[in-house]
Amino acid sequence: MMLLTAHLPILQVILPLIAAPLCVLLRGPRLAWGLSVLASWGCFAIAIALLRQVLAEGSVSYALGGWAAPWGIEYRVDVVNAFVLLIVSGISSVVLSGARAGIEAEVAKDRIELLYTCWLLCLAGFLGIAVTGDTFNVFVFLEISAISSYALIALSGRRRALIASFRYLIMGTVGATFIVIGVGLLYMVTGTLNMADIGARLPAVAESRTVAAAFAFLTVGIGLKMALFPLHLWLPNAYTYAPAPVTAFFAGTATKVAVYLLLRFTFTIFGADYAFATVAMEWILLPLAVLGIFSASLVAIFQLDVKRLLAWSSIAQIGYMVLGISLVSVTGLTASTLHLFNHALIKSALFMTMACVFYRIGSTQLADFAGLGRRMPWTMAAFVVGGLSLIGIPLTVGFVSKWYLILALLERGWWPLSVFVVLSSLLAVMYVWRVVEMAYLQPATSNAKPCEAPASILIPTWALVLANLYFGIDSSLTVGIAQRAAESLLGVSS
Amino acid sequence: MEALGLYNYWLVIALMMTGFYIVITSPNLVKKIIGLNIFQASVFILYISMGKVAGGSAPILADQVTLYSNPLPHVLILTAIVVGVATTAMGLSLVVRIYAAYGSMEEDDIEVMDRSETDG
Repeated sequence: MMLLTAHLPILQVILPLIAAPLCVLLRGPRLAWGLSVLASWGCFAIAIALLRQVLAEGSVSYALGGWAAPWGIEYRVDVVNAFVLLIVSGISSVVLSGARAGIEAEVAKDRIELLYTCWLLCLAGFLGIAVTGDTFNVFVFLEISAISSYALIALSGRRRALIASFRYLIMGTVGATFIVIGVGLLYMVTGTLNMADIGARLPAVAESRTVAAAFAFLTVGIGLKMALFPLHLWLPNAYTYAPAPVTAFFAGTATKVAVYLLLRFTFTIFGADYAFATVAMEWILLPLAVLGIFSASLVAIFQLDVKRLLAWSSIAQIGYMVLGISLVSVTGLTASTLHLFNHALIKSALFMTMACVFYRIGSTQLADFAGLGRRMPWTMAAFVVGGLSLIGIPLTVGFVSKWYLILALLERGWWPLSVFVVLSSLLAVMYVWRVVEMAYLQPATSNAKPCEAPASILIPTWALVLANLYFGIDSSLTVGIAQRAAESLLGVSS
Repeated sequence: MEALGLYNYWLVIALMMTGFYIVITSPNLVKKIIGLNIFQASVFILYISMGKVAGGSAPILADQVTLYSNPLPHVLILTAIVVGVATTAMGLSLVVRIYAAYGSMEEDDIEVMDRSETDG
């Protein structure tokens, strides 16, 4: 047992990486699903163990293959990435548990085990990005997750998914290549790839223009990956045309991991002093965040497809996270890290209800939602609770996030922005209301019978919805972790 | 003439901009992939250039060799080439599927077809 606990950081990545090819060998959709569910929950268990270890003993360093840190690849787990690992593996496990029926309905029969293979590879990539302490390793895992996610999107069988996947491939590859350029430029001036090592050596060469170029390339590259406004154009179609359970998985993980990368590169590698005092990054991030929140929410209101509506809302939510980052305060970063977790819960729950709806109705067009409140009472109830959480009604996680964000804004004395955050929630009210109104107040088309989704999708959906309520009422655990994460990023001890 | 001495880097920038320009402007999906490859190749040259030590030999342990080029960026770029090949393969297989589904690989045509379709 002692032997295993020492290797937790690498097991996190190895487990899905080995399970992925096994899924192909199993040659049966059910078996492949079972194996991937097991592997994913295994990762979740490891993530919990790691988080507990990190909270109790401080950060964990793991030398890959026994090669000591600046030469070998180091896996370094502190509160920040332990929290991200927990979010990614948790969302993947819950969504995957409820994904079987939806995937069998949406994906060609002979491709199903391949979808689970890609899912696990993608999960391995996301976990790898989060766990590694080596900048080039970040790129490798980024591409592992990206290439498998292009395949996941294309597997939905609709021809528009192919185009969406292709556009994502182009944008994603440009983003990843920008990140490699940035990493290369950093290597030129510091001679190391290890994150902590670069962080230690950068202040000496901070004046150099190479460092500034590296910072610019990295920020834009990561911005593309996290769909930061105005680099978000790949996201709406990718989310709309991917198989519904895959969208639920991406919504809770893909952009979250990219936000984590932004945090890691900005605070651990470049340091808050360089990023915000020398480059004044907040004056880039803040306007983009505000514009992103406003314009994406506005666009969401006019969407005719509910999945696309939620995708646009995701872009707006990225804005809230970036807004918190641009405040460069413990409260601001707490709000961002907290929203990482909370938004993963909200959006995955909402996209799971889309999986329910698509399974029964075969469409997520807003017009087809008419009367769905009576036909699928449990599904639509889940949507309503998720929607309330998205808006930020008290007793839900959305409220906790917005509360901390507003606190952070007031702390800086920027009350007009806190008014803006409250007003932008009204835009969320409008787009959620459009769906709710259609589902509950419009009469169903004739001969529409009740058609509640099967329990296999409903139970994981409701597990996410109840988590929305639980962490909304008792936020001490998540706020505590997020606060410690923020303190460790800013290098202040409580 | 220091600026000319860094000619590899000028080449990198020229290739990078050429590739990027093709990715952005070409409506043909295969040409976009080609542009992407040129763009990535520029980064390979960037890495290989930075590892070169003037007068240094290949990093082989031998008595008469005292000055080595840095092998690490070269190794890194081997990985990046593999990643690039995988991305290209994925991109081209998507283009094959797109051509089968739409009968075209021109972005403008596909957009017209998508717009004429009623379902979202």
